[in-house]
Amino acid sequence: MSPAVPWGRVMVASGCGGTGRELAPYADLEGLDFVTRSITLDPRAGGPSPRVAETPSGLVHAVGHQNPGLEHFLATELPWLVRAGARVHVSIVGGAIGEYAELARRLSRAPGVAGLEVNLGATDQAGEGLFEVREPYHAASVVAAVRREFPADRPVLAKLRPDLSRAVEGARAVHDAGASAVVLGDAVPAALPDGRPAGLSGPAITPVALRCVHEVVARLPEVAVVGGGGVDGPATARAFLAAGAVAVQVGAALLHDPTTVARIRADLEAQDPHDHSGRTDR
Amino acid sequence: MTSAIHVVGEVLATKRAGAYRHLTIAAPGIPERFRAGNFVAVSVGDDLLARRPLWIHRVKETGAYGPTLDVVVQPRGPGSTRLAELPVGARLPVTGPLGRPFALPREPVSCVLVGEGYAAAPLFPLAARLRERGCPVTLVLAADDEAHLLSALEARRSARSVSVVTRDGSVGARGDVTSQVDAVLERADADVVYAAGPTATLAAVAAAAERRGAWSQVALETPMACGTGLCQGCPVPVVAEDGVTRRVRACVDGPVIRGDRVHWGELG
Ligand SMILES: Cc1cc2nc3c(=O)[nH]c(=O)nc-3n(C[C@H](O)[C@H](O)[C@H](O)COP(=O)(O)OP(=O)(O)OC[C@H]3O[C@@H](n4cnc5c(N)ncnc54)[C@H](O)[C@@H]3O)c2cc1C
Ligand SMILES: Cc1cc2nc3c(=O)[nH]c(=O)nc-3n(C[C@H](O)[C@H](O)[C@H](O)COP(=O)(O)O)c2cc1C
Ligand code: FES
Repeated sequence: MSPAVPWGRVMVASGCGGTGRELAPYADLEGLDFVTRSITLDPRAGGPSPRVAETPSGLVHAVGHQNPGLEHFLATELPWLVRAGARVHVSIVGGAIGEYAELARRLSRAPGVAGLEVNLGATDQAGEGLFEVREPYHAASVVAAVRREFPADRPVLAKLRPDLSRAVEGARAVHDAGASAVVLGDAVPAALPDGRPAGLSGPAITPVALRCVHEVVARLPEVAVVGGGGVDGPATARAFLAAGAVAVQVGAALLHDPTTVARIRADLEAQDPHDHSGRTDR
Repeated sequence: MTSAIHVVGEVLATKRAGAYRHLTIAAPGIPERFRAGNFVAVSVGDDLLARRPLWIHRVKETGAYGPTLDVVVQPRGPGSTRLAELPVGARLPVTGPLGRPFALPREPVSCVLVGEGYAAAPLFPLAARLRERGCPVTLVLAADDEAHLLSALEARRSARSVSVVTRDGSVGARGDVTSQVDAVLERADADVVYAAGPTATLAAVAAAAERRGAWSQVALETPMACGTGLCQGCPVPVVAEDGVTRRVRACVDGPVIRGDRVHWGELG
């Protein structure tokens, strides 16, 4: 049996739920695990247009981490999400280990933060001036720095790319550094039609992510794994859970149908009536 | 902001009109919330993940179905081609109404509406609202040719004056609408100008409005992935009151935006 975790089995993936307000018409945020778009210390204007292109069963995207910066996030977006009853996991990304640590320190004091998700898999780290996670020990260093600043009783998720050649090693490294769970995974490195670096998301990457989850669960049974990549309905969600994931994240599917996360949650709850809030609490 | 809903709608009727396909869709709850300038985001298949935003052209009563909505589709890429081929009875996931609608003047002032191609669609319900408020409405319908022109006949129901401009002169005046805007605004003694069409046309109309000191609103068609504000895939550079350029989302902060606020040079 996979490790118990203090959050639900369905989560909104980073960067795919807006600020929460835009999702609210289509999903009850009460008790919903909501991962924010990745937040940086200073505001980021994001990349140029076009930012998103369609490929068969996938979306290629290069948003460039547009976000208002930590201060503005704390003042406006976080309080709104907390009031709406969401369990807020703040995704953080930075240009250096110190920036991740600073984000974790300030977020540890902010009321209503359920946990953090450390973004380690961004697909154009060099181009965006982000800390480059080339080796598992880079990822581990970031997680260790974040863990030092963030209370031990609240979860820190470490999000990695679904890269089979690195998944087990990476998961072991972040687990040893104190991550509560590893998220597999992020978008797959890709290019927009004009050649700019981007990430590929959606059902096109499900088999790739699923393989990574299987592999890590088999090799590292002590590590809690959150699965993601093209989760677009109860069937895909179940495939990740059957592979041993403790939870799934829903991203690009929300762009196609904003009710997806509510539908999956309702389906899993119907299957397990004790699972009212979508929590595992095992 | 009007609260949007997501429903699986049904195509009730289809009609070919020139180069376009008009679809009448039952999407309970959406027509009731509609304001001119709103759009819907539709899904065209599980293999095509991006939504297709479409202007709401009209809301009407269709007997047993209650209020329905009409959209105008120009088939070109894979999504619009599929939409144009939908048979009556087809089911279509629809989210809406989305976006900020046109703002209406409080006083009965002179309004000029400039629409090009299918994008003129949202100006028809706008003209009707303005007329209800006692605003004299001048509508300019533009297109490459007659096949790409929305019905001037229908437009005459709501606008006091309707003129037509086509690039090839197949109907109405020949030429590019952008070169005629100044004269139209002058003749109508326009206080408020609304525009919908390709970016170049919107920019030209906004500039003409500014030259006259008229207030302008443009309906942008920035490429969108979700249409619902979730992805930040639709950035529009706008110049704020403080002179700083910021990127807002076309789908929720627009698509209707004050023409003098858009940083046209940076718009992709
Ligand atoms: C607010 C808004 C309202 C619109 N209203 C209408 C309408 O009433 N009738 C109509 O026929 N079309 C409308 N469009 C454009 C329409 O949504 C599709 O972009 C168009 O149908 C092309 O899709 P496609 O799959 O056929 O082509 P493709 O070129 O293959 O499109 C691929 C992707 O690019 C996006 N895209 C391509 N061209 C445009 C464009 N000009 N604007 C925005 N996105 C684009 C598509 O949405 C899609 O995600 C509107 C766009 C916006 C933003
Ligand atoms: C438009 C868009 C924006 C995204 N932004 C972020 C982000 O800011 N931070 C992050 O960690 N992941 C981001 N992602 C990745 C998703 O959270 C998710 O991990 C990935 O897309 C795979 O899952 P999916 O196929 O369900 O989308 C983004 C994805 C998309 C499509
Ligand atoms: S299209 Fe996704 S935020 Fe506007």
